[in-house]
Amino acid sequence: MAELDTSGGGKKKGPGVKKGKKLSTRIDLTPMVDLGFLLITFFMFTTTLAKPKTMEINMPYKDPLMKDEEKNKIKNSVALTVLLSKSHRIYYYEGIGDDPNKQPDYKSTTFNQKNGIRDEIIAKKKMVDDLKRSGALTAKDNMTVLIKPDTTSTYSDLVNILDEMNINDIRVYAIIDISGVEQDNIKATEVANGIK
Amino acid sequence: MGHAKLPRKSTHIDMTAMCDVAFLLLTFFMLATKFKPEEPVVVKTPSSISSIQLPDKDIMLLTVDTKGRIFFAIDNKVNRKALIEDINAVKSLNLSETEKNAFAIDASIGIPLNQLKSYLAAPPQQHSALEASAPGIPADTNALAPNNELADWIKSARNSNPKLRICIKADGDASYPSVSKIIKTLEGWKIFKFNLITNLKAIPPGTAAFTEANAGVKP
Repeated sequence: MAELDTSGGGKKKGPGVKKGKKLSTRIDLTPMVDLGFLLITFFMFTTTLAKPKTMEINMPYKDPLMKDEEKNKIKNSVALTVLLSKSHRIYYYEGIGDDPNKQPDYKSTTFNQKNGIRDEIIAKKKMVDDLKRSGALTAKDNMTVLIKPDTTSTYSDLVNILDEMNINDIRVYAIIDISGVEQDNIKATEVANGIK
Repeated sequence: MGHAKLPRKSTHIDMTAMCDVAFLLLTFFMLATKFKPEEPVVVKTPSSISSIQLPDKDIMLLTVDTKGRIFFAIDNKVNRKALIEDINAVKSLNLSETEKNAFAIDASIGIPLNQLKSYLAAPPQQHSALEASAPGIPADTNALAPNNELADWIKSARNSNPKLRICIKADGDASYPSVSKIIKTLEGWKIFKFNLITNLKAIPPGTAAFTEANAGVKP
């Protein structure tokens, strides 16, 4: 392929005609291949073929001038409050926990695939759908998840729980600051369950 | 006794075909490549199922490392120049023209404003070493707090280019309060829509998103 046919045309030259020295035109391509692959390696390592993926989030509109009466109240029956805490643990309770006389029942779970927070979200979603069907809730009521990360939780917890919202098709959710009472309740639950 | 003579075969292999392949691949990578932007710190982002692609331009990237240090970067050289002019005027930093140009070609910034002048005066080769030991941009949960320099950066960047999309690239092990500072600051400037940079992971089967993703696909 790379070599040219250098053998003569088959015609015998006459006597006394000096024969040109036959030089091979075969080039050793090995160094060129080496160089080629070296450059390929370089480009492969420096390239970013796949662009990073992003997750879009919309925070609820917040205005310090907004009056309390104008804010939408979430119904207790549609709400699930999820508290994120240390070592990727999750504490959750039904409702929004605004009744000062009765503290909600704190349950503890994890991000595990099995028996994790996902099962709870799916169960709650089904419950809300059932309530809608029975007429206890109107079609406008959506299941709402209140996400409250505490100071010991990490960013990956936040992304994981937001991801669960996408996975389970929860349209309404909000990231809210954790309250002192809830912090205390987490501690109490930790003690009760023997979690250090 | 005569032994069988093995025919002498040439060990020369024709490299042409291999060369063709090598250069074909090389051409592909050269055309498809987009150099990785210089990153101030190594950040391991968490995974999500979201597959929205990061836009090409008009990005403001806020990087948060494991220790919660915040680094700020915008993508375009012209925009960076406009930004440094703006922040220089607002914060009266008295930067020289060379220092402003040093900012325009630098990838990201992670130091408080009072150290910015000395940082930009340093030769560009030292910048990455200085970044490694930088304390990060000071931030606060209140956008109007005097020590919230991140808020100043965001405001100036939005002034110089209103189309900027804000992307947060935080390490999975970064604590929530450090990320919350950024979110609160953005909320303070009435920015409620932003992007979190994540890795892609597979959608777990048997969930609502899985059903939706496979809606048109026959099993």
